[in-house]
Amino acid sequence: MTLQVTSPQFKTNAGAALKDAQLQRALGKVEAGFIGRRRDVAGKLPEFEALRDAARDIKDHTLAHLDLYLEAYERRVTKLGGKVHWAATAEDARNIVLGICKRLNAKIVTKGKSMIAEEIGLNDHLAEHGIAPVETDLGEYIIQIRHEMPSHIIAPAIHLNKDQIEADFRRVHKGLPASRNLEEPASLMAEARTVLREKFLAADVGITGANFLIAETGTSVIVTNEGNGDLTQTLPRAHIVLASIEKVVPTLEDASTLLRVLARSATGQEMSVYTTFSTGPRRAGDPDGPEEYHVVILDNGRSAMLGGKLREMLRCIRCGACMNHCPVYGAVGGHAYGWVYPGPMGAVLTPALVGIDKAGHLPNASTFCGRCEEVCPVRIPLPKLMRHWREREFERHLSPATVRWGLGFWAAFARRPWLYRPATRLAMKMLALFGGSRGRIHWLPLAGGWTRHRDFPVPERDTFQAQWKQRAANKAKLAARGEAEGAA
Amino acid sequence: MSGRDVVLNSIRRSLGTTGVEAPRRTAVEQRLARHPRGIVPQRGNEPKKRIALFRDMLAEAHGTLEELASPENVPAAVAAYLRSKNLPMSIRRGADPRLESIPWNKERTLEVSVGRSDGNQPAAVSHAFGAVAETGTLVLVSGPDNPTTLNFLPEHHIVVVNAKDIAGNYETVWDALRKKFGARLPRTVNWITGPSRSADIEQVHLHGAHGPKGLHVLVVGNF
Repeated sequence: MTLQVTSPQFKTNAGAALKDAQLQRALGKVEAGFIGRRRDVAGKLPEFEALRDAARDIKDHTLAHLDLYLEAYERRVTKLGGKVHWAATAEDARNIVLGICKRLNAKIVTKGKSMIAEEIGLNDHLAEHGIAPVETDLGEYIIQIRHEMPSHIIAPAIHLNKDQIEADFRRVHKGLPASRNLEEPASLMAEARTVLREKFLAADVGITGANFLIAETGTSVIVTNEGNGDLTQTLPRAHIVLASIEKVVPTLEDASTLLRVLARSATGQEMSVYTTFSTGPRRAGDPDGPEEYHVVILDNGRSAMLGGKLREMLRCIRCGACMNHCPVYGAVGGHAYGWVYPGPMGAVLTPALVGIDKAGHLPNASTFCGRCEEVCPVRIPLPKLMRHWREREFERHLSPATVRWGLGFWAAFARRPWLYRPATRLAMKMLALFGGSRGRIHWLPLAGGWTRHRDFPVPERDTFQAQWKQRAANKAKLAARGEAEGAA
Repeated sequence: MSGRDVVLNSIRRSLGTTGVEAPRRTAVEQRLARHPRGIVPQRGNEPKKRIALFRDMLAEAHGTLEELASPENVPAAVAAYLRSKNLPMSIRRGADPRLESIPWNKERTLEVSVGRSDGNQPAAVSHAFGAVAETGTLVLVSGPDNPTTLNFLPEHHIVVVNAKDIAGNYETVWDALRKKFGARLPRTVNWITGPSRSADIEQVHLHGAHGPKGLHVLVVGNF
């Protein structure tokens, strides 16, 4: 597998991202594009907050009965002529998919957008065995021809500008006139449409992800705006659905509730353009549709999360709202996170899937501002879960020595109030001396990591504890005066 | 041990269950059998305003809509749409009885063929199972008379829907589907809300990424 986890180099990645002017311009559009639209569309639906509660409850109920819903789902799929495959690991899933493709003698495989396929490194595996995987979501296609990972779970090419894409199209789409105009996004998209249309019609197998699996009806659901997922799954002989265990929901009604919060949270649309419910293979008399229908259900570490403190993370419906609203993601972009899932959801999920020893920086790359939790459609307490990872990292002695030493030093004071109070007052006086009359500190010993990039503010007045004490004293004085006046 | 056993055993170990506990099984069976409704938005509840809501929501998704008094008006409306887009006078449609009964020969220049699309037809006409005013969403189902390829391969998609089949919310349409098809959903149920679009290049919204560039809805009859 060539999928490299570069999460251990998060700090280097982030440093490079901050200096990348093109990336910074692209990231500037994330906030403008997503945040306002989500706010507007949520504001238009009075039931939105109640729907978020309901969405959370559906996921919690399903997770608590996950074994039974998966069994019920499998029974329905099988009854309607589909086949469910179970994959405990990424390797199992890759081999199941490869096995189906080989049996069908597949040469070209089209793919709808699937984060699971990224997670298991499916494209490289298929290519190594002589099968050409073709991403068909426009953004995924662009990053595929650049050999990159998605930098956002719903807008994979958000880090790129049109000039870069034009250069890639000219490099890859051979045989087209060099004089053609590819200046505008519209002409780039039209060219991709033409190139990919041929692939759709030539593909032997189509692979999609699943936003939901519905136990009641044995149905897989995909949500797209482009319609690429539909062409992927309708035209070839076989449709393979890749889904992780937590994608199952009980009923059509439950899926509807979740769909009501998904598009609004993701792109700020009332509903995505194409929501497709697929149940089994082509039926007798059907003029089109796949002859085979397979579902690969992937665990890859999720069942272990179910038993611990990370269960709430399995509610995630992959809308991307947490990263759209994250100041850290907004500053460094998705690639800095070093693996498939970026942003706050990635900071919680990545350590669970690749190990905290590799991904320890990610849950630390947060200011705990809480915006992610505020907008999460299924109310995942992301800061709490990131804190959980920080605690685990500390327990396992994976934190850097400076962090451990610093925390130990601070703890020695914090446990001794008689020492803490005078020490903090002294520290504040020292800081005031450093800052002088400017109110800002340009350089501070031992705090170069901060002052190299920005000033340190001079603390105002006194410590919190001292101010609190003063407040209590003032109150008592006022009360005493009131009593005295009352008596007079 | 099979992959199935490994995954299910691991889930059960984490949940601290064996998978045979009666209360858990009952909870799951009842939910699947009763499929209770969750929170259903109020906005689609007023029958008199439903078509207007459907039109507004569809317009927000960049689809267009025309109201027709009767199926007899469909051929003229289709021809007018094709002309407005400078398209050849040719459509592909499914064999749906509701489309079969439309007097297509009223438009003498309109060429009508029946069957699935292979990507060479510029425009298709489908009949929707229903629609949802809540978000301006059409509901189409696959079957011998309704090829799914017509919804995605042509550059323009014209969809006929009966006014009385426009529901306020998704749940009403699920119940109608259960009534018609029982526990076995059609192979494909397509919710379509506007023409195909993408914002993957510099977040610029463009239509016709892979599916139709234009979506035109003909609402037939009275509510």
